[in-house]
Amino acid sequence: MADPSGFLKVERREREYDKREARVQSYREFTRPLPYTEVTRQASRCMDCGIPFCHTGCPVNNLIPDWNNLVYREQWRTALETLHSTNNFPEFTGRICPAPCEASCTLNIDDNPVTIKTIECQIVDRGWEEGWIQPQLPAQASGKNIAVVGSGPAGLACAQQLARAGHGVTVFEKHDRIGGLLRYGIPDFKMEKHIIDRRMRQMEAEGVTFRTGVEVGAGVPVAMLLQDYDALVMSGGAELPRDLDVESRALSGIHFAMDFLIQQNKRVAGDPEERAAPAGTISAKGKHVIVIGGGDTGSDCIGTANRHGAASITQLEILPKPPEKENKALTWPDWPLKLRTSSSQEEGSERDWSVLTRRAIGANGKIEALECVRVEWVKGADGRQQMREIPDSAFQLKTDLVLLAMGFLGPHLGGLVEQSAVALDSRGNVKASVADYKTSVQKIFACGDMRRGQSLVVWAIREGRQCARAVDAFLMGASELPR
Amino acid sequence: MSGLPAKQGLYDPRNEHDSCGVGFVANIKGEKSHGIITQGLQILLSLDHRGAVGADPLVGDGAGCLIQIPDALLRDWAKGAGVTLPQPGHYAVAMCFLPTEAKARDITVKQFERFIKNEGQILIGWRDVPTDPTGLGKIVLEQMPLIRQAIIAHGPQVKDQDTFERKLLAIRKQTQNPLVALAKKHKLPGIAKFYIPSFSTRTVVYKGLLLAPDVGRFYLDLQNPLTKSAIALVHQRFSTNTFPSWRLAHPYRFIAHNGEINTHRGNVNWMNARRRTMESDLLGPDLDKMWPLIPHGQSDTASLDNALELLMAGGYPLAHAVMMLIPEAWAGNKHMDASRRAFYEYHAALLEPWDGPASIAFTDGRQIGATLDRNGLRPARFIVTDDDLVIMASEAGVLPIPDEKIVRKWRLQPGKMLLIDLEEGRIIEDEEIKRTLSDAKPYDEWLKKTQFKLEELDLPDEQAVAANDAAALLDRQQAFGYTQEDIQFFLEPMSEQGDDPVGSMGTDTPLAVLSNKSRLLYNYFKQNFAQVTNPPIDSIREELVMSLVSMIGPRPNLYGRRAGVHKRLEVSQPVLTNADLEKIRGIETVLDGAFRTTTIDITWDASEGAAGLERAVERVCSDATNAVLLDANILILSDRAVSPDRIAIPALLATAAVHHHLVRLGLRMQTGLVLETGEAREVHHFCALAGYGAEAINPYLAFETLEQIRVQSGLSLKPHDVQKNYIKAINKGLLKVMAKMGISTYHSYCGAQIFDAVGLSSSFVEKYFTGTATMIEGIGIKEIAEECVRRHRDAYGDNPIYRNMLDVGGDYAYRLRGEDHAWTPESVSALQHAVRGNLPDEYRQFATSVNDQSERLLTLRGLMQFKFAEKPIPLADVEPAADIVKRFATGAMSFGSISREAHTMLAVAMNRIGGRSNTGEGGEESDRYVPLANGDSMRSRIKQVASGRFGVTTEYLVNADDLQIKMAQGAKPGEGGQLPGYKVDKNIARVRHATPGVGLISPPPHHDIYSIEDLAQLIRDLKCANSQARISVKLVSEVGVGTVAAGVAKCRADHVTISGFEGGTGASPLTSLTHAGSPWEIGLAETQQTLVLNGLRGRIAVQVDGGIRTGRDVAIGALLGADEFGFSTAPLIASGCIMMRKCHLNTCPVGIATQDPVLRQRFTGQPEHVINYFFFVAEELREIMAKLGVRTLKEMIGRVDKLDMVRALSHWKAKGVDLSRLLHMVEPKPGVAIHHCEAQNHNLHTQLDHDLIKAATPAIESGQPVRLERRIRNVDRTVGAMLSGEVARRHGHAGLPEDTIVVRFEGTAGQSFGAFLARGVSLELTGDSNDYVGKGLSGGRVVVRQPKPTKREPTENIIVGNTVLYGAIAGEAYFEGVAGERFAVRNSGAVAVVEGTGDHGCEYMTGGVVAVLGLTGRNFAAGMSGGIAYVYDVDSKFESRCNQAMVRLEKVDLAQPDDDSGAPRQRSLSVSDSGMGDPLGFDAQRLRILVERHLLHTGSARARYLLENWDASLPRFVKVMPTDYAKALAELNREKKSGARAVAAE
Repeated sequence: MADPSGFLKVERREREYDKREARVQSYREFTRPLPYTEVTRQASRCMDCGIPFCHTGCPVNNLIPDWNNLVYREQWRTALETLHSTNNFPEFTGRICPAPCEASCTLNIDDNPVTIKTIECQIVDRGWEEGWIQPQLPAQASGKNIAVVGSGPAGLACAQQLARAGHGVTVFEKHDRIGGLLRYGIPDFKMEKHIIDRRMRQMEAEGVTFRTGVEVGAGVPVAMLLQDYDALVMSGGAELPRDLDVESRALSGIHFAMDFLIQQNKRVAGDPEERAAPAGTISAKGKHVIVIGGGDTGSDCIGTANRHGAASITQLEILPKPPEKENKALTWPDWPLKLRTSSSQEEGSERDWSVLTRRAIGANGKIEALECVRVEWVKGADGRQQMREIPDSAFQLKTDLVLLAMGFLGPHLGGLVEQSAVALDSRGNVKASVADYKTSVQKIFACGDMRRGQSLVVWAIREGRQCARAVDAFLMGASELPR
Repeated sequence: MSGLPAKQGLYDPRNEHDSCGVGFVANIKGEKSHGIITQGLQILLSLDHRGAVGADPLVGDGAGCLIQIPDALLRDWAKGAGVTLPQPGHYAVAMCFLPTEAKARDITVKQFERFIKNEGQILIGWRDVPTDPTGLGKIVLEQMPLIRQAIIAHGPQVKDQDTFERKLLAIRKQTQNPLVALAKKHKLPGIAKFYIPSFSTRTVVYKGLLLAPDVGRFYLDLQNPLTKSAIALVHQRFSTNTFPSWRLAHPYRFIAHNGEINTHRGNVNWMNARRRTMESDLLGPDLDKMWPLIPHGQSDTASLDNALELLMAGGYPLAHAVMMLIPEAWAGNKHMDASRRAFYEYHAALLEPWDGPASIAFTDGRQIGATLDRNGLRPARFIVTDDDLVIMASEAGVLPIPDEKIVRKWRLQPGKMLLIDLEEGRIIEDEEIKRTLSDAKPYDEWLKKTQFKLEELDLPDEQAVAANDAAALLDRQQAFGYTQEDIQFFLEPMSEQGDDPVGSMGTDTPLAVLSNKSRLLYNYFKQNFAQVTNPPIDSIREELVMSLVSMIGPRPNLYGRRAGVHKRLEVSQPVLTNADLEKIRGIETVLDGAFRTTTIDITWDASEGAAGLERAVERVCSDATNAVLLDANILILSDRAVSPDRIAIPALLATAAVHHHLVRLGLRMQTGLVLETGEAREVHHFCALAGYGAEAINPYLAFETLEQIRVQSGLSLKPHDVQKNYIKAINKGLLKVMAKMGISTYHSYCGAQIFDAVGLSSSFVEKYFTGTATMIEGIGIKEIAEECVRRHRDAYGDNPIYRNMLDVGGDYAYRLRGEDHAWTPESVSALQHAVRGNLPDEYRQFATSVNDQSERLLTLRGLMQFKFAEKPIPLADVEPAADIVKRFATGAMSFGSISREAHTMLAVAMNRIGGRSNTGEGGEESDRYVPLANGDSMRSRIKQVASGRFGVTTEYLVNADDLQIKMAQGAKPGEGGQLPGYKVDKNIARVRHATPGVGLISPPPHHDIYSIEDLAQLIRDLKCANSQARISVKLVSEVGVGTVAAGVAKCRADHVTISGFEGGTGASPLTSLTHAGSPWEIGLAETQQTLVLNGLRGRIAVQVDGGIRTGRDVAIGALLGADEFGFSTAPLIASGCIMMRKCHLNTCPVGIATQDPVLRQRFTGQPEHVINYFFFVAEELREIMAKLGVRTLKEMIGRVDKLDMVRALSHWKAKGVDLSRLLHMVEPKPGVAIHHCEAQNHNLHTQLDHDLIKAATPAIESGQPVRLERRIRNVDRTVGAMLSGEVARRHGHAGLPEDTIVVRFEGTAGQSFGAFLARGVSLELTGDSNDYVGKGLSGGRVVVRQPKPTKREPTENIIVGNTVLYGAIAGEAYFEGVAGERFAVRNSGAVAVVEGTGDHGCEYMTGGVVAVLGLTGRNFAAGMSGGIAYVYDVDSKFESRCNQAMVRLEKVDLAQPDDDSGAPRQRSLSVSDSGMGDPLGFDAQRLRILVERHLLHTGSARARYLLENWDASLPRFVKVMPTDYAKALAELNREKKSGARAVAAE
């Protein structure tokens, strides 16, 4: 254990952000690392619980107390090894994970969890800086080949694990760059993209082949992969966005969040505008922007819109405003529903809850306003919460850009899914259990959002790792890959 | 063992224990008289209360009497029988218990007569022993043998009496040894019943399954005036069973024993291992006829008797033989003279000690004597009269001898001997016997010539170079199953601090056999520990009796042929460094080749896989045999060869296999067994290896790992220091584990097999761990091999997790990829959400995660299933939850270990639902005895009495519904509790009557319970103090616990708790947490079976605890036999505990296990949470009850037939588990209950106090002073407690004004005189008293003074027994004479003056003042952390007798400060202020007051002398001042002063 009474002596301190004014001028990351001495102090707050709730609070089961202790003792390199033993990409999660581990931290009973995410991020960042992170070559090749379709965090984690087990792995990506949502969903100010690139280089050195711009199920038929590879992993994400099913949806100026975010990411990556936005530029500059949907994608839209120089940004959420503080007694160590304010929201936006969009209003085919109504949520006969419109509560919001960030319904059903003919579950995701990640089709596995529906990066990594183990076991009879 | 039921279910007759009262009377001059016999029988009567009766009050446990051969009586018989009796000494009497069945009898008699003839002796005739069976119980008569004596004359070949005696032994052995086989052959079980209680030319034993008063009545010989003897040795037995057995009564042929031999199993093994090395000139070829020398399956006393007779037959004089068997603590004893130490040291190589509490009275008919074990754990008092009588007994006052005839009153001291030589007609003092024997041979010189200490051997030590290749080290660590926890929790802290590491909460991981992981073989062995029938030893505070010296190499011939030439090699402790081991390897080149070492490889070829192990073990055994036959006499078993191609045999398996193999071949004594292993690292490993025969162990990989740790973590220590610290830690741990079982020396622990196997198949155990108990079957060599292979594969395979890192472990904390736990993040949060939100669904989720073990096995009960009724009954018909929860209790968690908030909340919750909460051992604030305004009560209904007796005042006792004697605790059986100083805040200190900031430790044993009859005494004491309370005894599950529970029932306890090893704790060595004790399922089942077999079940309530979590657990507990249920961890979790496992650090982040005021504020637990939890449990239980078709819990209790076992077929290890012995249903005899439904008879009506209370009513009711005078005898026990209970009920701890009730006694008081005396009650005794005077003194005054005038010098004669003022809280005591051992042990506030003490005076004292006006024994002030003592240093050697680990010795401060606010007063001010003032100063004044008070109360001549010569006397006093106490007091004074200044400034 770090220091038995560290938590009583040291105050929680998090990484700091650049000032709001500065950060909206740039797409660079604005989170500033803590000095290493402070990180070790923060690590001393970890109590090394008899039951580390953070272990299971964290979807990849990071061995948090262990590396906290190592950081406290300044054994950074061993800490890095321990961290990597459960998480292939701590530099991703250390930046963009909402950190359910901190919610489940014992010190969060008192609202002062250990700064787990910060420590995680600084361990891995230091590892890159020091050159400790090198390709890990397998002892021997298995002679088996696996196709991984989709290069988001699930696919990447799966590919890396499989390569390390000695398999030949090819990752297929329909976009021009590797990374899936990591690359194009998450704005650079949250995570700069060279971070993905250096991981990719490591993976290439470990023997992973990346094939970008190849859409399996379109350019490359699934059958061909099944012929060429010993196994196929479907990790194509849950890309199908929930649409706004209202009158005048067709008006211009209403876009899916992803369309907006992808082009900006490409722009930042240095693509010329025609490549970044082949379907036309979506700009928020000088506009009154409404973001529908209160989740992380919504926040990314806000941050990006602010950087475009939007005139105003309003974010609407259909669910009621969550409580400022959760009922700890009944939620801890679970992820609590409570009011959170993201850094993007902080940068400037209005938020409104329990608001339903009733119709779009426009002129000349262009959006001008949204008509909304207030709703309330009541328990229905089946015990579930049901939404009810509040009579006479309709109002209009002036807007010239509406971004839809209302979540994702599941994988696109054409192409890959259709060709592979895998069975789907009741929610439209590819059906496979976490016991073996096997789809209904022989040799085909599925993991990540494609299997579980939209979720966190950290869940994707978990699924990728576990799926790799399942594939390895399938191919070799048994697997020594860690779960 | 005739009379005992056969092994069935979990019951095994070999677990039976007994203990008792013993005594003798002897005429020093050897003058025979019938009067001696009458007096002997009278002693027996006075010791009656030390025995016990069983289920049937007419059935005692046995009693008997040994006397010299009554020649006149036999001559009278011979005349009548028409035979000629030779002269005395030329004939022998065989006392025979013959089978009643004629056919069997004929065969045995013929057999006997045949051997008499074969051996050339002459049978004169058979004499019917006249008996009168009137008044004996039915069962007694049913079991009664035919009692006859065979009279035998010696044949012409026999030259002298001793030769004749040896022939008798040969005859007896040859007759007796084959009886069992013979019985089988003839199919006549009666044959095995033939038994020869005595067979001698000098003595005869009259004994039987008799109550004390019956012995004389039954044996008419004893009434016959022709029966004359100069000695009468008597014994009253108290056994743990109620099975009638005639032969188990004492005395045996040479001894009567009070106590228990803990190393019995090993001793018998070692004796039998001597087959090939024993030769005797005296016995010659007869020795070969006597095998087995000591048959298996006898009682410890019978075995000891056998050993003694063998030694004597081999020519050792009686006293010499006794000294060999039960040596005093000689190692490191600086007070012992060199020649005596040489005697013991020399003999240590010949024979391993028979270790354990023992007061042995012995006689061969020419000499009679007694000795006490090295610890002095049994009482033995003796007096010498002016007409040449010596009377020795477990108690003083057993014969009414007028005081003026008594010239000496003394006691047997630890390790000392009393010997009366009837032929010489004198008492030979300990000093003289031992000097004579020590000087008889040049032991010193022999040792100088032959003894070599490894440490001192000058051999080129080719230090094996530690491998620097980290990768190779990692591989080897993995091959031996190292985990990260081994490093983090064991090696690292051990290397830094040199201590066996401490943890908290319980263990909730699966048993090794249920685990999916590959576990080391050590994990299948659970350490045994002493409870009730013998005490654990205090290895830290009473270190002087402990020794880790180990002898490596062959043992000399026990019979000492060619004495003084046999070379011997010793190590001071058994953990060898690499250099040490190399010395042993190269030893042949020195010491004239006396030692030859052979190293045997204990690895096998990996290519053979798992199948290779069994062959490999065979190969190792045969290598060992060959080596020994080729004259190698030290074997090193080594697994150094482990590599990618070689798998290591588990070191424990290799050791035990070789050990037992060589024992069987009779070769074991010819060789030493040393281990070179990479496997051993934690304390438990070393214990197990030692327990199965390793004489020394080199843990080379542990050393390499330590070096790696040292380098990696940048420790400032040198390699040598790290190793030293580690060895120190292992040594401390070893001592603790040995001590836990009551064993003091490594020498006797080695090979003693003090373990139970859990989860090993009996065929495997029988083959390699012969004699070890295993109850639930389990894995065998195949699975063990598989585990080895898995480890090996992890080490040398490609598994990426293990590429750079060790396995996480996860045993001591929950870890991903680690071992499974019952308490997981999910189960904890589900339970907490359930109870906080009153959410049944969440509870169900919790219960399912614990109960459903189809995926992951956790507990034995996970392998059980219910046999549900075909038709369930409606839930509504099942007894309501509100009734069920009344059977629930929360566990003993002390106020101190947990916060006031948590402690009171649990009490309130339990009181609301009619359940019970338990104080734990930390007292209770008296404000909690008063109900709150809202009707709630914070009073804990169960009050615990543990070995520290913290806060156990009379007021505390009377405010209890249950008084629980904590014999052991699941988390750390055999060890005392500990509360670190930083948890002792002012409040805690006040309640515990201790000093803030000073850590508190409870002794491992209750110092008033060293034996079963002591427990009966404490039960009586408590029952007297509060007759309305149930008395409960808490035991921990281990093999044999059922037998102990039966004993507890016979001690008249109302309640017994069986705890599982999973139970929690605030702080415990990790070794104990995981490796001691067994699951409650086993202990409970054994308890139920044994109690039912004994017909005792109905009169005692049985509670189970230690890991009960759900309604299903309760249901299984009930079916296995529990009436009540204890829960600790689960309700704590319901209150907010999150299994931080940091209780011992005071940093509990949820405010439970902490006294930090900041953290305490974080406590959020509410009574409702706990109540919700218990109701959820009860509701879950009700659903099961409905399915079982039972309406009330009562109908369920003991119905094992409603349980079935599930074979875990898919589990590679658990599939071998077989619970059928556990689920065995003992068919109760008609009328015998299987659940609690009767009341115990406490026999309190004879209590002297009834009369006192009546007479003192005016005092109790209206404070009128009362003066009473009474006579008192040793059978009047616990006088004053009941009276004080009455006072405390009315007046609380404050009591009455001083001297309101004064009772003056004359005579000898029984045990516990003045126990729990309340303030206002004064007992003054003229005469003397037995053990435990002033136990728990709570403000009263006890005075014991000499009758005046007396011839005896008070400072040289004993006046009060052992363990006086144990746990005293307040009050005063004055003793005009010497006290026994452990005077004022755990005194926390009483003031006492005494004129001399035995060993261990003021041990564990935390408060109060003691003045000793005479000599003290050794080890004074051990563990003394508070209070002060003054010792009048008569011989200026006190310093050498004082244990100065925690105290410093100061001169008496003569100054009289100006500020007299801290000055002592002549009278005490209140119950909480004895008037002794500020202990830091005022010494001269305080001492003067003490001596004046002493003179006033006793009229002591010593006091008068001191006062008359005050100025000269004062400087001879030494002040004993605990260092931490002085610091804490100075701190408090500073605070007080600054507080006063602050007030003044305002």
